Amino acid sequence: MPAVSKGDGMRGLAVFISDIRNCKSKEAEIKRINKELANIRSKFKGDKALDGYSKKKYVCKLLFIFLLGHDIDFGHMEAVNLLSSNKYTEKQIGYLFISVLVNSNSDLIRLINNGIKNDLASRNPTFMNLALHCIANVGSREMAEAFASEIPRVLVARDTMDSVKQSAALCLLRLNRTSPDLVPMGEWTARVVHLLNDQHLGVVTAATSLITTLAQKNPDDFKTSVSLAVARLSRIVTSASIDLQDYTYYFVAAPWLSVKLLRLLQCYPPPEDAALRSRLTECLETILNKAQEPPKSKKVQHSNAKNAVLFEAIALIIHHDSEPTLLVRACNQLGQFLQHRETNLRYLALESMCTLASSEFSHEAVKTHMETVINALKTERDVSVRQRAVDLLYAMCDRSNAKQIVAEMLSYLETADYSIREEIVLKVAILAEKYAVDYTWYVDTILNLIRIAGDYVSEEVWYRVIQIVINRDDVQGYAAKTVFEALQAPACHENLVKVGGYILGEFGNLIAGDSRSSPLVQFNLLHSKFHLCSVPTRALLLSAYIKFINLFPEVKATIQDVLRSDSQLRNADVELQQRAVEYLRLSCIASTDILATVLEEMPPFPERESSILAKLKKKKGPGKLPDMDDSRRSVNGSTEHSENTDTTNKSSTHSFTDVLNLNSAPSSGANLLIDVFSESSAPPAATDVSEENFPRFVCKNNGVIYENQLLQIGLKSEYRQNLGRMYVFYGNKTSTQFLSFSSSVSSSDALKSQLNVHSKAVDPVIEGGAQMQQILNIECVSDFSDAPVLNIQFRYGGALQNIAVKLPVMLNKFFQPTEMMSQDFFQRWKQLGAPQQEVQKIFKAKHPMDTEVAKAKVKRHKSLWL
Amino acid sequence: MMRFMLLFSRQGKLRLQKWFTSMSEREKKKIIRDMTTMVLARQPRSCNFMQWKDLKIVYKRYASLYFCLGVESQENELLALEIIHRYVELLDKYFGNVCELDIIFNFEKAYFILDEFLMGGEIQETSKQIVNRSIEASDMLQEVRFTDMHAQMHLVKHCDLHLWCEHVTSVAWLSV
Repeated sequence: MPAVSKGDGMRGLAVFISDIRNCKSKEAEIKRINKELANIRSKFKGDKALDGYSKKKYVCKLLFIFLLGHDIDFGHMEAVNLLSSNKYTEKQIGYLFISVLVNSNSDLIRLINNGIKNDLASRNPTFMNLALHCIANVGSREMAEAFASEIPRVLVARDTMDSVKQSAALCLLRLNRTSPDLVPMGEWTARVVHLLNDQHLGVVTAATSLITTLAQKNPDDFKTSVSLAVARLSRIVTSASIDLQDYTYYFVAAPWLSVKLLRLLQCYPPPEDAALRSRLTECLETILNKAQEPPKSKKVQHSNAKNAVLFEAIALIIHHDSEPTLLVRACNQLGQFLQHRETNLRYLALESMCTLASSEFSHEAVKTHMETVINALKTERDVSVRQRAVDLLYAMCDRSNAKQIVAEMLSYLETADYSIREEIVLKVAILAEKYAVDYTWYVDTILNLIRIAGDYVSEEVWYRVIQIVINRDDVQGYAAKTVFEALQAPACHENLVKVGGYILGEFGNLIAGDSRSSPLVQFNLLHSKFHLCSVPTRALLLSAYIKFINLFPEVKATIQDVLRSDSQLRNADVELQQRAVEYLRLSCIASTDILATVLEEMPPFPERESSILAKLKKKKGPGKLPDMDDSRRSVNGSTEHSENTDTTNKSSTHSFTDVLNLNSAPSSGANLLIDVFSESSAPPAATDVSEENFPRFVCKNNGVIYENQLLQIGLKSEYRQNLGRMYVFYGNKTSTQFLSFSSSVSSSDALKSQLNVHSKAVDPVIEGGAQMQQILNIECVSDFSDAPVLNIQFRYGGALQNIAVKLPVMLNKFFQPTEMMSQDFFQRWKQLGAPQQEVQKIFKAKHPMDTEVAKAKVKRHKSLWL
Repeated sequence: MMRFMLLFSRQGKLRLQKWFTSMSEREKKKIIRDMTTMVLARQPRSCNFMQWKDLKIVYKRYASLYFCLGVESQENELLALEIIHRYVELLDKYFGNVCELDIIFNFEKAYFILDEFLMGGEIQETSKQIVNRSIEASDMLQEVRFTDMHAQMHLVKHCDLHLWCEHVTSVAWLSV
């Protein structure tokens, strides 16, 4: 029997490891490690050639040190020596080191690849396996380039050993994942499919993994695998007589292979061939039947393996979504698991039912388990199980049970774990909106949300309730009354103050008839919260006050007094001060008519996808949410896509002015406001925008964008994904200083939401003959066609200079290459059939073509390629 | 596919790390930190699965060691649990009543065993016998001096590859 000390144990290594373990402190450990590193370094650098054993021992020590979390920057060369050794143990350690400490040094990679090449050609299966493992572990592009064409040959060669076939299949799978473009499809693909018939179940398992991955990308090429997979599965599942020997795991026949075959089948629709289809159905039924049989062993491994196959079979049934009886049986089976004593099974049943809920055949069957799921929410001890229960309730919710589910979620929210509160809040908000028949219920629900979990109510949620109240006049009076009542609470959440301020400011008049909520009472109530709130909320309240002045002339004087107080007019916050000054002035000088126009009720918001839904999607990642039918999209069932989910990202002190997407609503007030106050500062006279050099930058990133007698502006830019950085160099061509130098970037209104440009401040002085640099950070939010403009102002010899330059930030700067197989490309290409998608333009060349020059150019390129 | 496998002690000391996709050292450290804190904070008798970003985390405790596997979202959790168990069985068979110390002092062996069992984030060989046999065969290889091996290889040079291999495995069986 093997014992710990077997093989050639390395005593020096064991001593070192126990030294490290005996270190009393982190410092002592580091000291010991540094000592060892110095020792190893001197050994490696020493004149005496090390024997294989010592080299192996030291490399192992380095590996150990690295795995402790320390950086290792040497030893690679020794490791490469080891892996080229003919001694198995040395080779093994060499490969291990290289696999763990991947290095991108190209000389080294050449040597490593050389070693691998020799081992692959050695026809020694143990060496070949080591080499294949190393390729799979490193998986770099260089390795893919060197070996991607060789490995398929090894895989399908007639005389390859089974274990090498397994390694080759998985190695190829890894390379296909990292560098799909380098793995050539070819005649080997057909032969790989036939590995599903192999005698050796280990080979079949590895091959199934490979085929599944390949089939996900090119389903058509691997269609033939479906019938083979069904046949294989059926042999494993239905025939009790076959002895699978060691592939039986705790009395379950080949669970890993079964699950892999079921996964492969999930790459395809149900088979069209009737015989094949019924054979598959028979398999699935057998698996479902087996779940009802008494267990063959009490070991958890037995039930895990058995249920793993069962869950995968259910996943396939859900994927096919075509056999109502199977779907309902699957649902009943999961229903049993919901009450199982194993927490793992309850978790998985909840998870699996979530996908089942979106099938039309089983949605009703899932709903019958609602009480159990609600109970799980209340009693499960494990937060991850409760999280699944919330997900399932969300998925099974429809008009018939929405009120109950929302109520249960709300009551759970009071005690929910902090980690999942925000998500529950989003879900409740979405369900409440989606299934609201009468909107009073919706308003109540959201106000409850704010009351119970105010801190977790994100901006999206309270923007949304305001959008909906503004768009639906049947609920406005109720909303005003409810927020008024809610605000009575001695301590209410700031989010409630925001909603309350906004709604009373718009619709306070609807409840002003009642003396208990007269204008003055409303105002005093709001103002009693004012001093407890943060700046953005105060700003919102100030806007509510000016709206009050318009709604209720009788409180005008009171409000003006408040605005006039020092704490407002001289507030340290510039936004609050400005609002107070402007609103006060507006209320004093404007006539009632102007006031009424400026402070008119907000126009309805354009319908769009709920930004809450977008947020939840972002949180959960794509594919995590069941599909929503159209009525779920927005109040009126419009499916217009959201263009505003990113408004909150715009960071500016004024963010609260557009939080409600006021910028996209036709707001009648804004323009008038500017008119009232425009006397003081006229906008700087427009200058012509220079775009002379603009086209030059279409395909290049660096160069001179602008130049006149005084100033030269150079650009250097780099782009990565959606981000860009531009260095702007201002060169003073004169010998005199530029004073009051300033430069800023402006964008058109449309562009502002598509492209964020942030410029760093610059020094106001540029010395004569000097150059100054400014950095612009650019973020592309969505596609755009305008370009931002760089505005420069400075004084030269007393005269003010204005220069505007169109900045060459174009959409193509953010393009990224994508890799696709020729098939995918042509498939997409062929879809571009519409006449407006095709353009051809023939024009006369400006310059004649010189054959000699062209030849020379072609030749040069050719030589480069070779 | 599996993305990583981590073994750590109850004190959060990492004992083994295996990454099946390439990642920067920084990312690895972040994952190690997140996993140890998340898993160690779990109550006893909780379920063995967690959602973390877009991955499913499957973990199980054996004596003082936690085995933690990060798998992609379409993977089967229960089988991932059994992958962990199979690995423990393999370690147990090799070391004989494996304990944390065996893995600390023979970390390279723990890696070799894992490499026989998993590859590229997929299971390579599910048969315990076959994995054990190949691990023992390679242990035998290191005891056969190279010169002998070389001689043997010369002898069988013109024979079928199969025969040569059977010869080696039969040497391994002798030791059982």
